[in-house]
Amino acid sequence: MYSEKVMDHFNHPRNVGEIEHPSGVGTVGNAKCGDIMRMYLDIDEDGIIRDVKFKTFGCGAAVATSSMATELVKGKTVEEALKVTNKAVMEALDGLPPVKVHCSLLAEEAIHAALWDYAAKHHLTIEGLEKPVNDIEEKIQDEEY
Amino acid sequence: MSRLIYLDNAATTQVKEEVLNEMLPYFRKVYSNPSAVYSFAQEGKVAVDKGRKQAADLIGAQAEEIYFTAGGSESDNWALKATAEAYQDKGKHIITSKIEHHAILHTCEYLEKKGFEVTYLDVDEDGKVKLDELKKAIREDTILISIMAANNEIGTIQPLKEIGQIARERGVLFHTDAVQAYGHIPLNVDELNIDMLSASGHKLGGPKGIGLLYIRKGVKIKSFIHGGAQERSRRAGTHNTPGIVGIGAAAESARIHLQENIEKEIKLRDYLIERVLKEIPYTRLNGHRKDRLPGNANFSFQFIEGESMLILLDQLGICASSGSACTSGSLDPSHVLLAIGLPHEIAHGSLRLSLSEETTIEDIDFVVDELKKIIERLRGMSPLYEDFLKSGKEGGE
Repeated sequence: MYSEKVMDHFNHPRNVGEIEHPSGVGTVGNAKCGDIMRMYLDIDEDGIIRDVKFKTFGCGAAVATSSMATELVKGKTVEEALKVTNKAVMEALDGLPPVKVHCSLLAEEAIHAALWDYAAKHHLTIEGLEKPVNDIEEKIQDEEY
Repeated sequence: MSRLIYLDNAATTQVKEEVLNEMLPYFRKVYSNPSAVYSFAQEGKVAVDKGRKQAADLIGAQAEEIYFTAGGSESDNWALKATAEAYQDKGKHIITSKIEHHAILHTCEYLEKKGFEVTYLDVDEDGKVKLDELKKAIREDTILISIMAANNEIGTIQPLKEIGQIARERGVLFHTDAVQAYGHIPLNVDELNIDMLSASGHKLGGPKGIGLLYIRKGVKIKSFIHGGAQERSRRAGTHNTPGIVGIGAAAESARIHLQENIEKEIKLRDYLIERVLKEIPYTRLNGHRKDRLPGNANFSFQFIEGESMLILLDQLGICASSGSACTSGSLDPSHVLLAIGLPHEIAHGSLRLSLSEETTIEDIDFVVDELKKIIERLRGMSPLYEDFLKSGKEGGE
């Protein structure tokens, strides 16, 4: 049911892990519906994403979209990263089954959440960035980073 | 990688070789319609009668109380809808449980739309119906209690004898969906006071597309599939002779080997359960520890999601199933796991391994060894596990 690219990213996820002192970190999703994604960003003074890591609780598509999303934003500027849409993630994975499209939305949301955290920490305003929906359980929301 | 380890026998089973061999002549050699008059039909009729007797013998029923259907779902639909119709003058209340198969639950929802009232009993943390709640739920207008014999996901076996006794004392019909239990645990319709029982051929080494409904003599339920006079005019349609021969042969084999299969499977199942609980931390067994189907093991692994686990197992040739939302096609995980009180995220990380008498200890060892690696790997990329480790608090078992 999954494309070869999805299977490749599921079997060999890129950029799994954590960043010790991230410039920004965002967690989106909901344990209730079975998908949680966390994205860590390391952004330099020029606003370029030097490193990105993720952790995901979820199905094969959730893991693959997170992995692909990290590849698409790595080395990009904050502004460029903001333009990585769920559609771009899906296309890069050669498509997703219809029931899994929400996973790509979650990946886009995870990038935005991490960027939002970066902006807040650094007192920046990133044009076009809206406050992400942190629809996750209190336990995770209340964590301090 | 050509190795296949099939641990999804609760979903369906391989047709047994001896069963297939008995069926084969009825496709080309004896293809006659058993209802016809000429002598060529007689051989088919004899085969159908034999299958009916074999199917009945497995549950201590009379052959004429067995009605063949196209499968378990049809049997469940028939039992509920036809009872509702036949007994609606007495009352319009039905009692069932929250952990029934969808063939029961969705039929009950349908009946609710038709003006019937349904009580969905809660179950305890092991998945057992609470008898005192059952007693309290019975009303003057209750016409039917439908409680499954054993659960398809968590394997818990219900206290059928007690339920049957309560139903009998209160003058209410008792139907049981025994699709998972038929041929896997001892069932006797008289000892258990069962009035109706659904079973399916493909869950016990028989073919797909054949099932049965046992209807105790005297229960006045009517036809569900209208047409010819087959099955004593209660279920029309040309007899599925190879299917009936198949379910009969499978029932016969199950009856002869029942104790031996039960002992063998329980030994392997318990070995599997013990290894998993001992070697994989933050794991729980779902379902009753002892009163469960001999071939069923169902675990929840904290911090991970079921579909990922299934894909990784599949790549090793291991067939299993999960109650996660992703595998059900809905947003919610299994209704059974939620009914026994599991939080959503624990229910998402469930894994059902269902054994057969063909399963070997080598299979189990291979699966547990691989499962350990898979779970470690998935936890390594789980934000829930990360939070758990950082918070250092106890999150479960």
